[in-house]
Amino acid sequence: MIEFWNHFQSFPVLWLVVTLVVFLCASWVNAKAGKTPFLHPVLVSLSLIIVVLKLTETDYPTYMQGGQYIHLLLGPAVVALAIPLYDNLATVKRLLLPLLVGCVVGAIVAAVSAIMIGVAFGLSDQLLLTLAPKSVTSPIAIAVAEKMGGFPSLAAGLVLITGAMGCLIAPFVYRVLGIKDESVKGFVLGVGAHAMGTAFAFEYGMVAGAFGGLAMGMTGAFTAFMLPVLVPLLGL
Amino acid sequence: MVHGFLILLVCQLLGELMVTLLEVPIPGSVVGMVLLLIGLIIRGEVPEGLRLTGEGLLKVLPLLLVPAGVGLMTHFELLSVYWGELLIALFVSTLVTMFVVALLLKLLSKEKAVSGNNSGEGDD
Repeated sequence: MIEFWNHFQSFPVLWLVVTLVVFLCASWVNAKAGKTPFLHPVLVSLSLIIVVLKLTETDYPTYMQGGQYIHLLLGPAVVALAIPLYDNLATVKRLLLPLLVGCVVGAIVAAVSAIMIGVAFGLSDQLLLTLAPKSVTSPIAIAVAEKMGGFPSLAAGLVLITGAMGCLIAPFVYRVLGIKDESVKGFVLGVGAHAMGTAFAFEYGMVAGAFGGLAMGMTGAFTAFMLPVLVPLLGL
Repeated sequence: MVHGFLILLVCQLLGELMVTLLEVPIPGSVVGMVLLLIGLIIRGEVPEGLRLTGEGLLKVLPLLLVPAGVGLMTHFELLSVYWGELLIALFVSTLVTMFVVALLLKLLSKEKAVSGNNSGEGDD
């Protein structure tokens, strides 16, 4: 039995099936729970899969023999983010200055504040580089952490937690500042809480959602170009 | 479909080529995204095959993140030591970021009222 399992767990297709089944279940649970960001399908899926791997004593490289085929598609998916950006080009042109300023300042504040707090706690350079892209959409954050020398999978986890926190923080910020404009609400969520913020923004309406997606794409691209310049300036 | 997927992959490949040649630590896929955006602006429309493939990929984007996320299991030791510090850093940084961006946009757009902004509010 043990021998059979040792052989069976090395089939890549097994982990592809596990990933898809768990993801479908997690999506169903999330829909039932009213799409709360705390039961985000990705968070639930990765937790459940980790439990399965621990119970079956399967290590991460064995899982990735199957998982890599899904992971491979992240690259073209990031490229595809250009399509919603292009669709919203008219809006970008109309509100170029506020959007550009909001995105640039937001991206810098997000990265610098996270790094500074990390430095104050005495975290290692590698952990700081993992924290830096935390407000950026996961596919870009994973790629950035890979390139800059952080921990890619930890970056993915931190991004998800940031997303959930952002959805919690945003309504509070709107109340304090008296923000009523739907487009501003969406943009703030997209800059601070990437795709999860964008999904949350759609609850305010289509306009908020569109601005959330726009902010997510702009902030993601800008951060990827900005961090290689910013990080040496901070002495990392 | 195949046509659209090829466009995405070629953009990514060109992006990877550029960052490798220029030796910059920017993800090739992000450069590919900028290249595609420039291409779309020049062409003036999104080809149907590209939209089909691209939007299909974006629809399943959450699923694509799962395998990388499972890699968290290799960082449990690190997390067990630093989870408090990391959570505080994330929370404070996200709060400050959202506050600053919201304030900036409020000042810059002078709260241009969007008509009918009550849609969806107060439900759920």
